[in-house]
Amino acid sequence: MVRLILAEHFPVLVVAVSLLSAFTILIAGWVNKKTSCPISIATISVQLLMAFFIVNHVLTKGTIHYRLGGWAPPWGIEYVIDALNAYVLVVILFLSLICAIYSKRSVEKEQPHKIVPFYVVFQLLITGLCGITVTGDIFNMYVFLEIASLAAYALIAVAGGRALKASYNYVIMGSIGACFFLLGIGFLYAVTGSLNMADLSRLLPPLYGNKVVQAAFVFFAVGLSIKVALFPLHIWQPDAYTYAPSAVSAIIAATMSKVSVYALIRVIYSVFTLDFIRIYDGVDIAICWIAAIGIIAGSVLAIVQNNLKRMLAYSSVAQIGYIVLGIGLSPISAWGLLGAIAHISNHAIMKGCLFLAAGAFIYKLGLWDIRDFAGLGKKMPYASAAFTIAAISMIGIPPSTGFATKLFLIFASLKASEVLSSSAYVFVVVLLLSSLLNLVYFWRVIERMYFVKTEEETNGGEKEAKKADIPISMLVPMLILAILCIVVGILWLTQAPLPLINETFSRFGMGVMP
Amino acid sequence: MVELMTPLFVILCPAIAAPMILLFGKRPNIREGWTIAAGIAMFSLVLSMLPTILDGEVIKCTFFQTLFEGVAFGFKVDAFGIIFALTASSLWILVSFYSIGYMRSLHEHAQTRYFFSFAIAIFGGIGIAMSANLLTMFVFYEILTVSTYPLVIHDQTPEALSAGRKYFAYLLTSGCFFLFAVIMTYYLTGTTDFTNGGIPALGSASRLILVILFFCFLLGFLKAAWMPFHSWLPTAMIAPTPVSALLHAVAVVKAGVFGIVRIVCFIYGVDLMTSLGLGLALACIAAFTMIVANLFAIAQDNLKRRLAYSTINQLSYIILGAALLTQDGIRGAMMHIPFHGYMKITLFLCAGAIMVVTGKKNISEMAGIGRTMPVTMLAFSIGALGMSGIPPVVGFMSKWYLCLGSVRAYEIISPVMITFLFVLLIASLLDVVYFFPIIHTAFFKRPEGEGNEEGMEKEKIKEAPLFMLIPLTITAIFSVIFLLDFILGLNIISMYIYELVEIAVGNVIP
Repeated sequence: MVRLILAEHFPVLVVAVSLLSAFTILIAGWVNKKTSCPISIATISVQLLMAFFIVNHVLTKGTIHYRLGGWAPPWGIEYVIDALNAYVLVVILFLSLICAIYSKRSVEKEQPHKIVPFYVVFQLLITGLCGITVTGDIFNMYVFLEIASLAAYALIAVAGGRALKASYNYVIMGSIGACFFLLGIGFLYAVTGSLNMADLSRLLPPLYGNKVVQAAFVFFAVGLSIKVALFPLHIWQPDAYTYAPSAVSAIIAATMSKVSVYALIRVIYSVFTLDFIRIYDGVDIAICWIAAIGIIAGSVLAIVQNNLKRMLAYSSVAQIGYIVLGIGLSPISAWGLLGAIAHISNHAIMKGCLFLAAGAFIYKLGLWDIRDFAGLGKKMPYASAAFTIAAISMIGIPPSTGFATKLFLIFASLKASEVLSSSAYVFVVVLLLSSLLNLVYFWRVIERMYFVKTEEETNGGEKEAKKADIPISMLVPMLILAILCIVVGILWLTQAPLPLINETFSRFGMGVMP
Repeated sequence: MVELMTPLFVILCPAIAAPMILLFGKRPNIREGWTIAAGIAMFSLVLSMLPTILDGEVIKCTFFQTLFEGVAFGFKVDAFGIIFALTASSLWILVSFYSIGYMRSLHEHAQTRYFFSFAIAIFGGIGIAMSANLLTMFVFYEILTVSTYPLVIHDQTPEALSAGRKYFAYLLTSGCFFLFAVIMTYYLTGTTDFTNGGIPALGSASRLILVILFFCFLLGFLKAAWMPFHSWLPTAMIAPTPVSALLHAVAVVKAGVFGIVRIVCFIYGVDLMTSLGLGLALACIAAFTMIVANLFAIAQDNLKRRLAYSTINQLSYIILGAALLTQDGIRGAMMHIPFHGYMKITLFLCAGAIMVVTGKKNISEMAGIGRTMPVTMLAFSIGALGMSGIPPVVGFMSKWYLCLGSVRAYEIISPVMITFLFVLLIASLLDVVYFFPIIHTAFFKRPEGEGNEEGMEKEKIKEAPLFMLIPLTITAIFSVIFLLDFILGLNIISMYIYELVEIAVGNVIP
């Protein structure tokens, strides 16, 4: 009984615990800097536990509404958790936990003098991410978006050197994005006088014809597109992912972009709702086309990269295209939204695993250039295996996670063909072609890791390659994610996610799963 | 319809063996023990399903319902499926023994990876054989593609790597077409189950879509190596010989033709195929492939490449049989899957044995080899006779039914179909043209440089190790036994293949 009552307070606790922990790390770090990582891991574990209770509560008892300070919604800030946020919350906290465990040794080696500030900012980033996810108030979402973004800028800059320039680019682009988002909020507030999402969605329908509301939608869309690094607004992203510390690349790629995507979904479906898009029915098609171009462009750009992390960054541009394509298709077919939602977790797992493996190669052997990877499969068998499994998922070989997404999105495109006629087939082609492009750039790496002989090998010497083992605390997170690539892929095919999907769809007015 | 867990246990055999092989990578004997144990366990489990199938029942084993309503992920073993499963599981045991001999004789590197990939490939192949619907089949089909890649590039030379790239470029692109076709089928009909006589709802779709969908399926089953998309297969010959044996006789290419027969008979159904005229189109592709592949084969000097083109030709026999859309044609096609498996594997195993013992790869170098390796070459001759469809060997049976099928098609479908009878006969003739020179060279030609009489007498018999010799002898003997059993009607010695084919044909055309 106690537990169930407490679950109602978890939405705010998830954020508050995290924020307090950031300051605790700072103080404890003064005394002993070795405490910072354990505190961070402990905090995230607690948060993850809460997230599980929240999921349980949402699925059994329904949406949680939490009024901050007891103020009634339109005036006070309200935290609303339905199935979608609960799911996103679990995904980001789980990935954060994985990255936190991984980061311990990685940060000790890469930034030995900045351990305490690193974890303080890291914890602030997670606070921001959780905040964006749980809030039901659009201005509050902006605040948390800024917290998370500022933390991300700082985390990238920690590496110093070229990372400073990357971070600076990110600051500029990110701030423009945030400005657009804020302008959108301002416009909506000007016409409705409300900041609460649920309230907005009630007030907006009569105003759908209003130019200000339309402008606000565009501002939101563009602002968040910068944040998610949707092509062609991705220019900040490759540098940022490449030069950031390994653990940071992983957490930003895996969680930051996913939360921004979540914000996009939330703004489109909970603030503007499906009806708005259906009135302006060119909007969704336009989104689809941009996403489709992004998928191809990102993959093609990834093919020409030699730096592994940079290649992964461009691959992220393409994968974000998948999610946005799903969002664009969803007004026509609910399968599109399912694809987008599925890919939030799928991409987080796959890309997280790939970045962790890339970090491990750098950690142990200083390898970042794909051309130097020959023989890596023998030197670092486990990290290479994890990388391979995640890469296979990215290509979409069943029964991995990438396959599930591909399946949903292709089916959504086919469903859309009833409305869109032939252009929907273009999306099918794009999706299939993209998986072949993924094959091209990932297999280049795998081939080099395992099958291309090193110079020593070709020169005769059947020397047993020296194994370079990475610390367990880095290896285990990677392997967990690699296993999840397969397990989650199978789960998406089963009916296990059905409650989540039905709950989300019914809230967005899409009916239950067909 | 019987619900049984046996298919799950069958698929678990290679699934458990694979990680064990990795685990015992440092101890070759235990590692190979796992392969053999899994092979035997799997074969006996497949056999244990036989009585139920022979009763005309279908064994079902559903794992879970998917998010796509009406599509369950699971297995359904019917007569046609078990024919493929029997072929694959029985040959896996033999090829495993052979592999041990081959890999150890040549002191190959990366043997653990080799046996691991082999087990996963069989996992994929058996999964395809037992799949209940297209989605399940697709999953295993892709697993098969990926798992055979390390086998193809086993040598890790630049040529092998480029062969591997070509292999992937062809087969994974074809996987995209297959995936599209699967989803399209579901979109059109709301189901992807293999249904006796075809999915009824498919008939209501428009003609154009059905034709396009069919060609997507065909492109999806590029593993069947129909021309002009065959060139991955000869290129993949760079793999070690047991792999070629697996690829060409058991898993990969058979998965392709198996899939095509499934599409023709269990997705489209014979009636729909006839009314759309797709049978004729498919038959034309098959006929083209049969003739052209044989002409290519004549020109090859490398033994394995010649066998590869022979495989391309023989696979099109199966496709043609299905495309004839008559009982006899389909009967011939279904029979040819196990029969060709046994005969072609004999040929490849012989080619491997020759390579291990003498290091020779080209036919022109093989003069007099029949004297030094009589058992091997005898087995080879049996396989070659079978390929050409000459009676003591079972290749005759399937060809006989294919010819009957084309005559029936001439009677009931259209007069054009009689062309395919001649195509079959010409193709058989060409088979003779390129196989008999090999036999002739091996037995009657004298090696260059030692043309004098005394050199002949001194030649000692030098056969391959027993690990290799016994499997190829067994497959050769079985290639004859199958035909013998048709006459004797004992059934037991041919694993009830004839009865199974009858049941399967009955399912397709009652």
